[in-house]
Amino acid sequence: MIEIRDIHKKLGNKEVLKGVSLTVNDGETVAILGRSGMGKSVLLKHMVGLMKPDHGQVIVDGIDITRVNRKKLFEIRGLFGFVFQNSALFDSFTVWKNVALPLIEAGYDMETIDRQVKKVLSMVNLEGTENLYPAELSGGMMKRVGIARALVGDPKYLLYDEPTAGLDPVIADRINDQILYLKEYLKKTAVVVTHDLRSALKVSDRIALLADGVIVTCIRKEEIFQVEHPEMRQFLKASGLS
Amino acid sequence: MLDALINLVSEVLELLGGVADLAVKSLKSLRDIKKIPGPLLEQMNNFGVNSVPIVLFTSVFTGMVTAVQIAYQIRDYAPLDLLGAGVAKMVMIELGPVLTALVIAGRMGAGIAAELGTMRVTEQIDALECMAIDPVRYLVLPRILSGIIMVPILTVLAITVAIAGAAFVSNVVVDLDYTTFFQGIKLHFVPKDLYGGLIKSVFFGLIVSLMGSYYGYYARGGATGVGKATTQAVVSSSLLILLVDYVLGVILFGK
Repeated sequence: MIEIRDIHKKLGNKEVLKGVSLTVNDGETVAILGRSGMGKSVLLKHMVGLMKPDHGQVIVDGIDITRVNRKKLFEIRGLFGFVFQNSALFDSFTVWKNVALPLIEAGYDMETIDRQVKKVLSMVNLEGTENLYPAELSGGMMKRVGIARALVGDPKYLLYDEPTAGLDPVIADRINDQILYLKEYLKKTAVVVTHDLRSALKVSDRIALLADGVIVTCIRKEEIFQVEHPEMRQFLKASGLS
Repeated sequence: MLDALINLVSEVLELLGGVADLAVKSLKSLRDIKKIPGPLLEQMNNFGVNSVPIVLFTSVFTGMVTAVQIAYQIRDYAPLDLLGAGVAKMVMIELGPVLTALVIAGRMGAGIAAELGTMRVTEQIDALECMAIDPVRYLVLPRILSGIIMVPILTVLAITVAIAGAAFVSNVVVDLDYTTFFQGIKLHFVPKDLYGGLIKSVFFGLIVSLMGSYYGYYARGGATGVGKATTQAVVSSSLLILLVDYVLGVILFGK
């Protein structure tokens, strides 16, 4: 379980998070919805310790990761797979090495690594791309390599930062299907940061709306049409759902 | 005026603190040195092998012009037999280490800052963190070690080629035969000249790789930030090379 307790974070002179609290239960997928620049990615980075809050706690499986040393933090990060907004693939590595890197660094033998890399690449329908470089991939393929890399260490938690941003609607929908598949078949706990309400509705169990630095509501997706908050009404309207 | 001075002092202290912090983190990550042979060899190739052509080009012309100018300066009051010794001392103590370092600062310092800066702004460094891979150990340490190892090797190459170039020009332009030229070097050779230059080059290798790594690793603000980091890496490395050259010159050859 991931618990965010009253997180505050200032970037420069702007207070991006003003007391965010959120709980992600094991096995569920929570979408964090919000407009661009509202601090969704900042919140996600706090969950894995890439950012430290000015105030508040991030508790992962009972451990406050804001107070642990770097060694322990690295240990806890082994529980996470992080899919970056722009994939963050290493340009000079092939797809195989991009996906295999966490296992290579962990000291696994080559046979195990190769087997695991092929397994996760097949999960995201990218068999046969092992020798390609990121520059040779389409945007959707890069996202899927990013997902494969996040999966390769068999993490407990999957964090997706804007997984459908910058993709055309067809490819974006395929990525949503991919996330859904991983949720249903691998039973991973996931947090999806997005500004795409349709995507959030498709992949999540609950939706948390982040506005003005706080979570203004966190409801089951079926309840979304009952939310009266103006920000949510705007999302519904912009998505053609109201 | 006072505000500007305070800002300047703060920035310098912040820079020194940041560089020292990165150096300490790199030093601590030496504990995992057995994990870096691959990246280290790759960086040694980048730093060393790929820099050979530009170092050769720079040093051969440095040697040639040094020979011509020393010959011009001493011809009225010293025998030309000393030309070889003069060139060799000049190249071993000063020109070889400093010019090689400046060339490497332009080539590799900029390269390291641009590469790490791009990795920072495209979240590749964050990705390493998320995979529980220490980015300092994986990215910075191999670059620093390769700088420390390869710059002295390149300096030896530069000194050798510069002396060869000087010998050639002394023969063709100044009309000094090869035997006299090399005899002069042999007669006046002091080991301290060579190892003093090499000690300098170790420091210069550290400066180039550390400053490039620092500015790249902490780059911010997209392409503009990477460009700025690259420029700052080259400028600060070059200035530090000249500063440290003076300090080491006084320590090693001052008495």
